[in-house]
Amino acid sequence: MRNALDLAWPREGLIRVPYPVYSRADVYEEERARIFMGPVWNFLCLEAELPDPGDWRASFVGDVPVVVARDLEGGLAAFENRCAHRGALVCLKRSGHSRELSCVYHNWTYDLHGTLTGVTFERGVARKGGMPPEFKRAEHNLRRLKVESFAGIVFGSFAEETPPVERYLGPEIAARIRRVMRKPVKVLGYSSQILPNNWKVYVENNKDSYHASLLHAFFTTFRMNRLSQQGGIIVDESGGHHVSYSMRATDRPSADYDAAQLRAKREDYRLADPSMLEGVDEFGDGITLQILTVFPAFVVQQIQNSLAVRQILPRGVGETELLWTYLGYEDDDEAMLRRRQKQANLVGPGGYISMEDGAVGGFIQRALPGAEEDSSIVQMGGGEVGSQDTRATETAVRGFWQVYRRLMGI
Amino acid sequence: MPADIATQLALERLLARYVASLDGDRLEEWPDYFTEDCRYQIISAENYEQKLPIGLFFADSRAMLRDRVSALRQANLYEAQRYRHLVSSTLILGESDGIVAAQSNYLVVRIMHDGASMLFSSGRYLDRVSFRGPQPLFLEKLVICDSRRIDTLLAIPL
Repeated sequence: MRNALDLAWPREGLIRVPYPVYSRADVYEEERARIFMGPVWNFLCLEAELPDPGDWRASFVGDVPVVVARDLEGGLAAFENRCAHRGALVCLKRSGHSRELSCVYHNWTYDLHGTLTGVTFERGVARKGGMPPEFKRAEHNLRRLKVESFAGIVFGSFAEETPPVERYLGPEIAARIRRVMRKPVKVLGYSSQILPNNWKVYVENNKDSYHASLLHAFFTTFRMNRLSQQGGIIVDESGGHHVSYSMRATDRPSADYDAAQLRAKREDYRLADPSMLEGVDEFGDGITLQILTVFPAFVVQQIQNSLAVRQILPRGVGETELLWTYLGYEDDDEAMLRRRQKQANLVGPGGYISMEDGAVGGFIQRALPGAEEDSSIVQMGGGEVGSQDTRATETAVRGFWQVYRRLMGI
Repeated sequence: MPADIATQLALERLLARYVASLDGDRLEEWPDYFTEDCRYQIISAENYEQKLPIGLFFADSRAMLRDRVSALRQANLYEAQRYRHLVSSTLILGESDGIVAAQSNYLVVRIMHDGASMLFSSGRYLDRVSFRGPQPLFLEKLVICDSRRIDTLLAIPL
């Protein structure tokens, strides 16, 4: 199948992914327009990060700079972080608090909805210069995003036609987000990881439950996550969002598992200080791991008592910035805070589990040259997209490509 | 020798031995520079200044440091790499009851197995060192990274 990008998708369909999608600059440009600025919801920030009227944060939709603000009436607004005049960033800091925003270059000012409120020397200086009468301020507001808060998470969309967040997510994904965001959260820390790979490689990694206990020896060794544990994958109707979950207490002896001589399986390895793994079932449902993705590039994570959201930001065709925001609840006591602090050792750029996801994407990216006519295999669990009661499947990865292909027209 | 100079020398020698163990891939020695009930944390300056409790790694026992080493040796998968630490400007901040508080600047170059080498991290150590035993030991070591960004992954401790 040929298209505007002149990119051939293999005739096998979703069970194959052509390698050029990870390396071609024209694909990257097209993704900005058709995906990130298209009919999707992008994570912007948490409501907890904008507690007061006048609070704002600089964020990104893909690689497009945006500002998200709580206006003076307490409502949420988001707009492009690019001055209407000469295109400079309006907000240079990561976050701030003010009644209005002004561009440092020529001091044009905007309110917290991105409305242009002031053009310096609009009428000139001493009746000389200035803007001509045909210049209309009202025609130069910053481009606005549609904004919606769901379960304390602020989402933004450039496309008017994007359905409400809850409908976009579907009932099962929405319920699993609410499960984690069940009461007011507070931010416990931030970190940023620069991944040496295309953004989609990391998105797929999150949707790929097949790798979790194979690449991540730490998980397997401590029986935190083995594919023989009870768990499964939920994929929403569109295919673009997913939840992978497992229950630690339910590990059943599995001949398949023991027979597969896994690098990741080391029964002799024990922690000298196991306090890091002493989690409590704070959700009361026995689920010790829940990884949830929202199309295109957002992750909500619960690994025992380690809660985090991850914003995946493309930084060019071969580089991605992964922003981690670690969470707790406002009413956490000291013991719970310490637990989250210790269990955070599992995740983030230096995490016992997540460090490997930082590396493996680079292994793919570095092997792309020469693969221009080839494709990867995404066939575990069959060729379908849908929920499955096993995690030995790539169903959620296929779901991603289903939505991707529809939006990209390839 | 005046007492403050002796303390300064002892601190600098402790730091020199500490980084020699890390840079020489003798990670098993790393926990030995700490007391049993030590606290060790790697955290960005941004989080530290905002008093946010979660950084890149946290341990409140020497055993947790040993676990870090055994995980790096036996469980975790990452490409072969070495660090080169440069530590300087060690400044004593205070001293009481055999505990010395000090800060030092650090710079870490990461050298990958294929020769690629980069400035991986810069920042400061905020240390509390116990001089109560035969050897000075870290009671607390805060590694405060200037940048919030980590390239690819952080495996070996700083």
